[in-house]
Amino acid sequence: MSDKEPLFSKKNLKLLSDPLNSSNPITVQVLGICSALAVTAQLKPAIVMSISVIAVLALSNVIISLLRNTIPNRIRIIVQLVVIAALVILVDQVLKAFVYDVSKQLSVFVGLIITNCILMGRLEAFALGNRPWQSFLDGIGNGAGYSVILIIVAFFRELLGSGSLLGFRIIPESWYIANGGFYSNNGMMILPPMALITVGIIIWVQRYRNRNLIEN
Amino acid sequence: MKFIKNIFEKTEPHVQKGAKFHWLHSVHEGFFTLFFVQKTTSKSGAHIHDYIDLKRTMGIVVLALVPTVLFGMYNIGFQHFKAIGELASTGFFAIFFYGLLKVFPVIVVSYVVGLGIEFVFAQIRGHDIQEGFLVSGILIPLVMPIETPLWMIAVATAFAVIIGKEVFGGTGMNIWNPALVARAFLFFAYPAQMSGESVWVSLKDADKVIDGFSGATPMANAAAGNIDFNISDAFFGFIPGSVGETSTLAILIGAVILIITGIASWKIMVSTVAGGVTLGLILNAFAGSTGLSPNVAEYFSMPFWHHLIIGGFAFGAVFMATDPVSGAQTEKGKWIYGFLIGFIAILIRVINPAFPEGMMLAILIMNTFAPLIDHYVVQANIKRRLKRVKVSS
Repeated sequence: MSDKEPLFSKKNLKLLSDPLNSSNPITVQVLGICSALAVTAQLKPAIVMSISVIAVLALSNVIISLLRNTIPNRIRIIVQLVVIAALVILVDQVLKAFVYDVSKQLSVFVGLIITNCILMGRLEAFALGNRPWQSFLDGIGNGAGYSVILIIVAFFRELLGSGSLLGFRIIPESWYIANGGFYSNNGMMILPPMALITVGIIIWVQRYRNRNLIEN
Repeated sequence: MKFIKNIFEKTEPHVQKGAKFHWLHSVHEGFFTLFFVQKTTSKSGAHIHDYIDLKRTMGIVVLALVPTVLFGMYNIGFQHFKAIGELASTGFFAIFFYGLLKVFPVIVVSYVVGLGIEFVFAQIRGHDIQEGFLVSGILIPLVMPIETPLWMIAVATAFAVIIGKEVFGGTGMNIWNPALVARAFLFFAYPAQMSGESVWVSLKDADKVIDGFSGATPMANAAAGNIDFNISDAFFGFIPGSVGETSTLAILIGAVILIITGIASWKIMVSTVAGGVTLGLILNAFAGSTGLSPNVAEYFSMPFWHHLIIGGFAFGAVFMATDPVSGAQTEKGKWIYGFLIGFIAILIRVINPAFPEGMMLAILIMNTFAPLIDHYVVQANIKRRLKRVKVSS
């Protein structure tokens, strides 16, 4: 790779855009499902979680990419874990300082970013073999691909399960059966099984639109 | 018949390939086979055809459900007029038509939504319309509380057909019984409309109820440690409950039709009852043991055969567990499958206070395990025969 390559060359932009669709970490690589199911009951925690993962993923990608020639191959997993863990603790402290209630809602799941398969996957597959700038873009791209799915799932789960978005009421109170209306929130949307089904429907729609993803 | 045939012959050119209404092809085919035997036969290999195709099979199941449907309608009216204290002054037909008017919209919604989705999927995929929904469409209204809002029925039906069936590849590919998927969806999504004391008797337009009225089903009472129902009422079906489940007698008539025509497996029905009876007997044996809470102790000591006539046990055993698609396929597997359904249903019923009735969950659980049971039955068979080969050689 020559040094003259522009920062946003076509190849680099592909690193950003591919994870959004054709190599999405959740719907195509099926990584990071656990947190996608756990934090998407409402939109706000999902957004905070997305930002945290993007930050950790991009920074750890850059750090590992900078260290990639000095890390002994046999202990690379431990080094990766140390980097990720340090960044996750940083993010956790920032969340506790500035958005305490959301941080309480996310509870262990911020800590569990450490075990999110997307992170180890990108470090192993990309950052260990690429330059810092590309790794940074790859981290942002994969984090964004993860976030898109998280936010779509959370949108539907909060709208149908609680009748609100970001805490603001969307479905009028007077529609509810308790107030003489006809409507009732779908309690199953709050439960994790429905998150899995929602992810499944997203995968279905994506494969219907993007036929290349269908295995023979 | 000639008249109907003429209609189809007239419309046929319009739905042929390349014609203007080709997209209606599978709808045309679907209605044609409703009246007549399919025109085309398979082109290769030797196939034995008889007239009992999927459509006729489903037709017989619907026929077997007729007594339950009719009695269910009557019972809806019966419970309503009993609750408002006008039972004596209301004639038979008034009671029946009250129930008919309550149940009919649910049936219509269930069929329109379910068949509509099936038609759309058949068109998109270029398949012929499969008739699997003919039975699910009537089972769905039968397992719902009568006052469930119609839009909830529509949502649940759509969920059951799309997520329970079409994503697996349509009729014949589903893992779970679609009608039970619809009910389970409602049960967990809208618990307020699906359980409790106020949903089983139709009282929306009633301004008064008699003193001491309770809409609780015998199941709910029993779970609360208050076992109090008339045996003959429970057998004939004059108890509150979802539309189809109350009358054990009507269900037995359906069971006889299904067994005589060979549509449903008698093995599953018998083993389901055996499973229920087995656990019932075990519970009876432990009824006197210390350390049980009074509610549960009372339930433990209920005679085992009472379990068979209250709640959805009989309905589930005859119409739900015997679903040929989601149930076990191997003969030995059917015994295991049915036995565990009965066993688990009573287990959930008596031991788990969160669910007054366990039949739906038991059947769904065993639907999930049916392929596994079949797998091991087949493997055991292969092993047995391999051993025989080795001995003789």
